[in-house]
Amino acid sequence: MIKPRNHLHRLEAEAIDIMREVAATATRPVMLYSIGKDSAVMLHLALKAFYPSVPPFALLHVDTTWKFQAMYAFRARMAAETGMELIVHTNQDGLARGIDPFSAGSALHTQVMKTEALKQALDAGRFDAIFAGARRDEERSRAKERIFSVRTASHGWNPKAQRPELWSLYNTRLRQGESVRVFPLSNWTELDIWQYIHAEDIPIVPLYFAAERPVVERDGQLLMVDDARFPLQPGEVPQMRMVRFRTLGCYPLTAAFESDADTLDAVIGEMLIARTSERAGRLIDHDEAASMEKKKREGYF
Amino acid sequence: MLDPARQPSADISDLLAAEAATPLLRFVTCGSVDDGKSTLIGRMLYDATLLFEDQLATLKSESRVHGTNGDDIDFALLVDGLEAEREQGITIDVAYRFFATARRKFIVADTPGHEQYTPNMATGASTAELAVLLIDARKGVLEQTRRHAHIASLLGIRHIVLAVNKMDLVAFGKPTFDAIVEDFAGTTSDLGFQTVQPIPVSARHGDNVTETSGNTPWYDGPSLMAYLETVEIASGSGEGPFRFPVQWVNRPDADFRGYAGTVAGGEVAPGDTVVVAASGKTAAVSRIVTRDGDFERAGTGDAVTLVLDREIDVSRGDMLAATRERPALADQFAAHMVWMGEDELVPSRPYLLKAGRRTVPASITGIKHRIDVNTRQQLAARSLHLNEIGVCNLSLAEPIAFDAYKDNRTTGSFILIDRFTGATVAAGMIDFPLRRALNVHWQEMTVDKAARAAQKHQKPAMLWFTGLSGAGKSTIANLVEQRLFARGCHTYTLDGDNVRHGLNKDLGFTEADRAENIRRVAQVGKLMADAGLIVMVSFISPFRAERRLAREVMEDGEFIEIHVDTPLEVAEERDPKGLYAKARAGELKNFTGIDQPYEPPEAPDLVLDTLSHPPDALADQVVDFLSEFGFLSLPQDS
Repeated sequence: MIKPRNHLHRLEAEAIDIMREVAATATRPVMLYSIGKDSAVMLHLALKAFYPSVPPFALLHVDTTWKFQAMYAFRARMAAETGMELIVHTNQDGLARGIDPFSAGSALHTQVMKTEALKQALDAGRFDAIFAGARRDEERSRAKERIFSVRTASHGWNPKAQRPELWSLYNTRLRQGESVRVFPLSNWTELDIWQYIHAEDIPIVPLYFAAERPVVERDGQLLMVDDARFPLQPGEVPQMRMVRFRTLGCYPLTAAFESDADTLDAVIGEMLIARTSERAGRLIDHDEAASMEKKKREGYF
Repeated sequence: MLDPARQPSADISDLLAAEAATPLLRFVTCGSVDDGKSTLIGRMLYDATLLFEDQLATLKSESRVHGTNGDDIDFALLVDGLEAEREQGITIDVAYRFFATARRKFIVADTPGHEQYTPNMATGASTAELAVLLIDARKGVLEQTRRHAHIASLLGIRHIVLAVNKMDLVAFGKPTFDAIVEDFAGTTSDLGFQTVQPIPVSARHGDNVTETSGNTPWYDGPSLMAYLETVEIASGSGEGPFRFPVQWVNRPDADFRGYAGTVAGGEVAPGDTVVVAASGKTAAVSRIVTRDGDFERAGTGDAVTLVLDREIDVSRGDMLAATRERPALADQFAAHMVWMGEDELVPSRPYLLKAGRRTVPASITGIKHRIDVNTRQQLAARSLHLNEIGVCNLSLAEPIAFDAYKDNRTTGSFILIDRFTGATVAAGMIDFPLRRALNVHWQEMTVDKAARAAQKHQKPAMLWFTGLSGAGKSTIANLVEQRLFARGCHTYTLDGDNVRHGLNKDLGFTEADRAENIRRVAQVGKLMADAGLIVMVSFISPFRAERRLAREVMEDGEFIEIHVDTPLEVAEERDPKGLYAKARAGELKNFTGIDQPYEPPEAPDLVLDTLSHPPDALADQVVDFLSEFGFLSLPQDS
């Protein structure tokens, strides 16, 4: 525990309070688990919130089958260590249609294998409260997102129908078929996440640390050749370079960058002098400035 | 912001440790878009060098498309989030911004200033410790400024920064600034602010935003940023008596029982005796459990799990409190409320009240007055509409533990929830408990409902016929009663028109009066069911909320909602009482189906289709339903 009381302590207590409120009021809560650093913090907070009980909900991973191998290994390790149930869902229909990030492109792949897959998983589990690690500082349209964000039966988000949130009195009431996305990390910044990981010694996927990895350079971005499915273009030869990742997702959609930061201290130090914000590494955002708001209306987180 | 480049020798771990100890300040900014509020916040983010290169690139390109400053950077575009707002150039919702300096972390609630956005400002202020009020130097203190100050005060904010903006447009004139400061002090002296810091700024040019400006040599105070970094705010931690709303009971196995929650006031240590506010039972705290080991004490804001030294009845919603200074315990209280619902407040309609971790049915039993947010005048009111603030009496289905809002913002606040839509329709700040309910107790009767019903060989029920005027409700209810009477059942029919001749002759047809009309009928019907009768109620009852109220008055299974389903065109064509014609001619106001909506039942127990069946057949359907569900013959041995 962080002492004396400071901003991290307040953010931690707020997130724990939110998680307990959901556990106490939801019928079927679930925590989205994307294996990244924000998920690592969420999982850590959940373990704290319900200690000595195991958190009373499952972890849900929407798996496109295109995550980094290191992420799958880490996922297995965390499920084993926490004793929490892990639900893995893949859009089998999309898989059968051969939707992959290389041939289908990032927009269609995200729509089918992430957005639609998420809806399938939520419908199948009849989940009424879904924890996710989104933060208000990530992107402009998120600055007005509620901590408890109500979604229609078809998972739509209507910016006009969001409830005012006063004090810490969260309105958890839902109509038939409605569900709520809950963002306990709403008030955290990227720096808070890293500081908390540092202060609490939270395990994260090694891909955040620099190492020699096979990459190719394409359209100015470095992509890691994580397995044999990577279609090399004529003339492309994977090169070993010292790289790391700022965010983690599907490996064909997540750019690496060159770095020597192979420890947590070095990563944070590098972040503090970074001049490129976090989402720049996510290829899906480059389409247009308000893309996140559109995706959110369609049910993407 | 940390900057290792400036401190090359510093070890990252030391830096992090130093920065991890920085305190957090939450503040709210208010002022309309014309006052340059978004520009000011954008400027603070910009000057605190928290903008990344790609954000800056986006900002520069958007400034050319949407900007109002020509080729200059329009800082407001940094903070106006949703697409619709960017296009309209206004801010329509609360947005949260984050920045940090070496001394403090800041969470900014950025709220719009237009009159109709009172709820947004209340929302932003509810979690803030300080408010930055913007004033346009050219316009001076406006009604809007007084409104912002008033709402900030109402929500318990005690520290104000008066940012007099656009000083560049008044040639940085000291007299202008002084006049505004004096005007503000004069009109807000009774609002209970502990500190008011006026600062002359130009958000667009950066004067006195992060650095003190050479343009205001007459001003010797701090820049806005410097002030926010250093202003002393009582943390509230450890102050006041111990309060702990129980959020979740932690029972991993038979050997451990803990109460999880966040300390809402004061502090606690193992060995302290605490009381369950509702029951008066006491126990001592034996452990304060966390995953990082047991604590020796827990203070306000700590999320912990308490273990007590003996088994007493405690569940979610209960409040553990200091035994000496206990919270109020009452089922009625007076409160200030900010109405946030699209639909107006309807007195006597049941809402859900959430206070602490407790959610109970509640209704507004009286509106003492409405407050004009601009002039602070008290006005008479029969209802509250969106954006309005009022002082009301509330009555709850069960007593709850609470404090006055002025003593504790966490245990003195509540929200009201619409039971049908689930929307948050009001935010409330409790003033004081009302004692008058305490001396009216229930009288226990020896001959009870079951005995009366058994004597009549029937199960009491309330058959609620709802539908448009002229749908055929009374006709069918009358036929049903004839059939039941013939079978020897004990019945009574409450007819909408008949009741309005007597019991409810004082009520009209507004939404509020209709709600009261239904409440009274439901209560009368309940008494009749208690007497063992099968009661028929034939009422248009257009609103779901009131029909739900009637259902909840009755015991499970006693309330049978029957939708007499006749399309409006057909009912209007029948028009047995000539009422539709009058309504169409404008002679009748609030007529269901014409200028007031009818909300059909979502899950009626029975639907009677008057187009395809005659009334006799429909009455048979109702009797068959009662027979099938055992209302008409009570087993003799029961």
